[in-house]
Amino acid sequence: MTSQADITAEITAIEADYQRSGVEETQPRRDYPPYRSSILRHPTKDLHHADPETIELWAPCFGHRDVDPLEADLTIQHSGEPIGERMVVTGRVVDGEGRPVRHQLVEIWQANAGGRYIHKRDQHPAPLDPNFTGIGRCLTDADGGYRFQTIKPGPYPWKNHHNAWRPAHIHFSLFGTEFTQRMVTQMYFPGDPLFALDPIYQTVTDAKARERLVATYDHDVTSHEWATGYRWDIVLTGSHRTYMEPQPASTDRDDA
Amino acid sequence: MTLTPTPGQTVGPFFHYALPYDGDRDLVPPSTPGAIALHGTVYDGAGAPIPDALIEIWQAAPDGTVLQQPGSLRRDGWTFTGFGRASTRRDGTYAFSTLVPGPTEDGAAAFFAVTVFARGLTNRLFTRAYVPGDEAALAADRLLASVEEDRRSTLLAVADAYGLRFDIRLQGEDETVFLRFPGH
Ligand SMILES: [Fe+3]
Repeated sequence: MTSQADITAEITAIEADYQRSGVEETQPRRDYPPYRSSILRHPTKDLHHADPETIELWAPCFGHRDVDPLEADLTIQHSGEPIGERMVVTGRVVDGEGRPVRHQLVEIWQANAGGRYIHKRDQHPAPLDPNFTGIGRCLTDADGGYRFQTIKPGPYPWKNHHNAWRPAHIHFSLFGTEFTQRMVTQMYFPGDPLFALDPIYQTVTDAKARERLVATYDHDVTSHEWATGYRWDIVLTGSHRTYMEPQPASTDRDDA
Repeated sequence: MTLTPTPGQTVGPFFHYALPYDGDRDLVPPSTPGAIALHGTVYDGAGAPIPDALIEIWQAAPDGTVLQQPGSLRRDGWTFTGFGRASTRRDGTYAFSTLVPGPTEDGAAAFFAVTVFARGLTNRLFTRAYVPGDEAALAADRLLASVEEDRRSTLLAVADAYGLRFDIRLQGEDETVFLRFPGH
């Protein structure tokens, strides 16, 4: 099995190549061999330029029918308190022009404090927490703001190579004001010693771009004798549609 | 002001307990008059089916209307929202129960906007699944015209006994045409 030293050498060589190229990259590489599962799963042809049309200039609409406000609190989904560091993650979703993405769906999922997912394919021999599922949803507010209360996830091992560990992270799924802005990403925690070793985090070859995936500890979000606080703002790609104030839906958009 | 977008990351292997939800793939109940299956298989570069991909579609209504209806996550059985999500099964197949989208303008080719996520796919991919049948509209479509002729068929759904079949090949011969929108 490939060693961490081999993977780290591959990561280092790719980043050195990138720095020599002088062309800035802001998104992950699709072809990133140190992440072994990507080898047969990346398109080899250039993505084809398309001007977004009609349906692509709109996004699905989610309302309070879809999401219960309690779904934003991952610590109250069971009868008891989950184990781990209680924390709040909050921030804003904006488009490339800095405009808030209002009343739009944010979904998250994560491992528990021990680094274990409630997923039948997670074989990590760390304990499940009967009081923690690790799924949250919310709608952004009128300013694009989101807020989850959860438990800080632990790092976990995976099978990319020998002794491979993922830095602690929360998966985020986001919609924009148009379908071309749809994205899924991962939020990380500042100062994680696993960053340099992780071929998924490193699929983003640019150091500044990688830092955009890292939340900031914010003592103003931290609350007295209750929970630590992290802030993470998310920028979606610029929208192509001429900006309009949100229009009333044809019928009962229930997001007042 | 132009901000640099946050990088995407792979959906990973463990999304199944989070992103799928009851009714995610049924934009309409399968028994609805006019309901079709939009279905297919997702393949990797070795031609192996991908059992841990997630496909989303976003489409116009049969009359071409772009809808802004809530309710995709809590379907009530009669509101058509135009959004659906389906994870692939162990054999790499996915299926939606939906209605055929109409052209959003006279003479336009109708299509499903499609997004692909998978373990091993480092960022989402966009494509379109065009509705077959209206040859004049398809011939006049700007995107299709801009694609090399021998790859154009990867964007066309194929009518079959269940409705429409749309296979997705992430890599290799017959690799699906994936899209880059300006600003990405
Ligand atoms: Fe994960």
